[in-house]
Amino acid sequence: MASIRAQFEIPGKMKTWSIALIAIGILAFIIGLVTKATHGEHGKVEFIGTLMYNSIFFTLVCNASMFFICATTLAMGGWQIAFRRVPEAISTVVPWFGGITWLILFYVVVIDHNHHIYHWLDEKAVDGDNILRGKKGFLNPTFYLVWTTLAIGLWILLGRRMRKLSSQADEKAMDAEEGQRYIWKNTVSAALFIVWFALTVGSTIPWLWQMSIDAHWYSTMYSWYTFASSFVSGMSLVALFVIYLKNKGYLEFTTQEHLHDIGKFMFAFSIFWTYLWFSQYMLIWYANIPEETVYFQHRVLGPYKGIFFLNLIINFVCPILILMKRGAKRNYTLITFMAVLIIFGHWVDFYQMVMGSLSKEHVTLGWLDFGIAAFFVGMIIMIVGKSLASKPLVAKYHPYLKESIIHHT
Amino acid sequence: MAKKTFVVGAFSDEAVLFPAVKKVRTAGYKIHDVYTPFPVHGLDHALGMRETSLHTAGFIYGITGTTTALSCISWIFTKDWPLNIGGKPHFALPAWVPITFELTVLFAAVGMVLTFCYLCQLAPFVKKHTFHIRATDDLFIMAIECTDKTNTDELQAFLSSTGATEVNLQHAEAGWWYGRYDQEQQLITEPKATVA
Repeated sequence: MASIRAQFEIPGKMKTWSIALIAIGILAFIIGLVTKATHGEHGKVEFIGTLMYNSIFFTLVCNASMFFICATTLAMGGWQIAFRRVPEAISTVVPWFGGITWLILFYVVVIDHNHHIYHWLDEKAVDGDNILRGKKGFLNPTFYLVWTTLAIGLWILLGRRMRKLSSQADEKAMDAEEGQRYIWKNTVSAALFIVWFALTVGSTIPWLWQMSIDAHWYSTMYSWYTFASSFVSGMSLVALFVIYLKNKGYLEFTTQEHLHDIGKFMFAFSIFWTYLWFSQYMLIWYANIPEETVYFQHRVLGPYKGIFFLNLIINFVCPILILMKRGAKRNYTLITFMAVLIIFGHWVDFYQMVMGSLSKEHVTLGWLDFGIAAFFVGMIIMIVGKSLASKPLVAKYHPYLKESIIHHT
Repeated sequence: MAKKTFVVGAFSDEAVLFPAVKKVRTAGYKIHDVYTPFPVHGLDHALGMRETSLHTAGFIYGITGTTTALSCISWIFTKDWPLNIGGKPHFALPAWVPITFELTVLFAAVGMVLTFCYLCQLAPFVKKHTFHIRATDDLFIMAIECTDKTNTDELQAFLSSTGATEVNLQHAEAGWWYGRYDQEQQLITEPKATVA
């Protein structure tokens, strides 16, 4: 035990990269602020929309890694213990990104009161509109803000609780009874997080944050679609960090067997995402009701056609064909490639979910989008690096550690 | 199929079985098969068996199902009997996806079950020799195939030395034959000569 490299040290290169990416992001933000945000309502909506979908996407992706920890804990899983500190470290980004998202949404809803983004903020329009009047109990600034604050706040608090419990497994060896009590405490905390996750990411939060941009439109698939998107990207992010640490010579206990299971998650949830994508699309296509088809009109027939179907190729055709083979899921290079591709694909998915409704006439994907994304990627690299270095990489007294070491698929 | 001579060893523990498999293989003997009461992880690897190609077969069956569904439905709805359903185009791809998916799964599932039965030589009335009745209960049974040149006494002693609790020599059919288990009780009831 003593000989393993359990303590991560941040390499200089990692620091340089993260700072460079953040600098690019801040530069893009400033240029965007000058050239777009102050040039008419259209430019402003484009600018804020870009900030919105990026912050929402990366918050949900990082939060998905805490969901992964809690789901595997509830399932009494043991295989993930060998690399569990990696998703834990990723989940420490949630307070930062949650804060940024909260600020942006607060600005949109309260300070700017921007009804070009959220049509339901326009009170006159709501009063004269039967559908919007019916939704008023849910879509109003007070509920929006309270629920958003609660959601982000409890993700942070419950996530911290899980990470604190995890630190206990570094301190001293546990006998059978203590181990059992420890697992039970973990189970209870994980269950609390999962329940709150279901009430937020699994249902209300995507409705409020993204779906209400098309204030008249609704889809019961939308939240799960968003969740699937963020979870599969979250697993890809975990895979990337695990492979990075393996390359640096850490995580001796994590082997191809663990990578295989992460790969299975990436594969399975890509299919799950497609299932929701298709269910949402086909029902609306089949019923052909104007209130519902309005969402797809400019995506399938308008300027977003290319992005909309490219999205399906990247997020469905590529994973199913490339990740199907057992050998592919055990191949470090291929998993790295697929993880980057999947994260990019779902980032584009979030792009078209938000910007497809805010800028219906033309596709805005350009330097600003990549610049803002660079900021978030840089932040992830920096914060995850710091969190990884702040704790041992393996919880050496965790009761399930042995199960994880001998894990075999 | 031909009758062959086997030296059969019974092991009571996986922990003994794995090193024994390794020793027997290093000594150059040909292991016919190992029968275990439950699936043992890594045993196929220790025995040096190649990966099964069942999944490749499954993929081919699946693709066949997809092709069958798409070609069949598109021919029916565009050529053979075009119908106006709710004003949708005749070539209504989204509506066909569920059926295509189901046929893919059906072909893959049924095809793989049949292929699995074929590979394992499982079918009604197909009978195979049982090396040791307790292989389905609590013992791990290793059957080593002998040739004319094999010194069976030496092999039996060797197998005992690797940790086998029970070793015997059997002259048995290596393949399968038609028969019924309920009418041929002999194999199960008659005790075998034990050399250990």
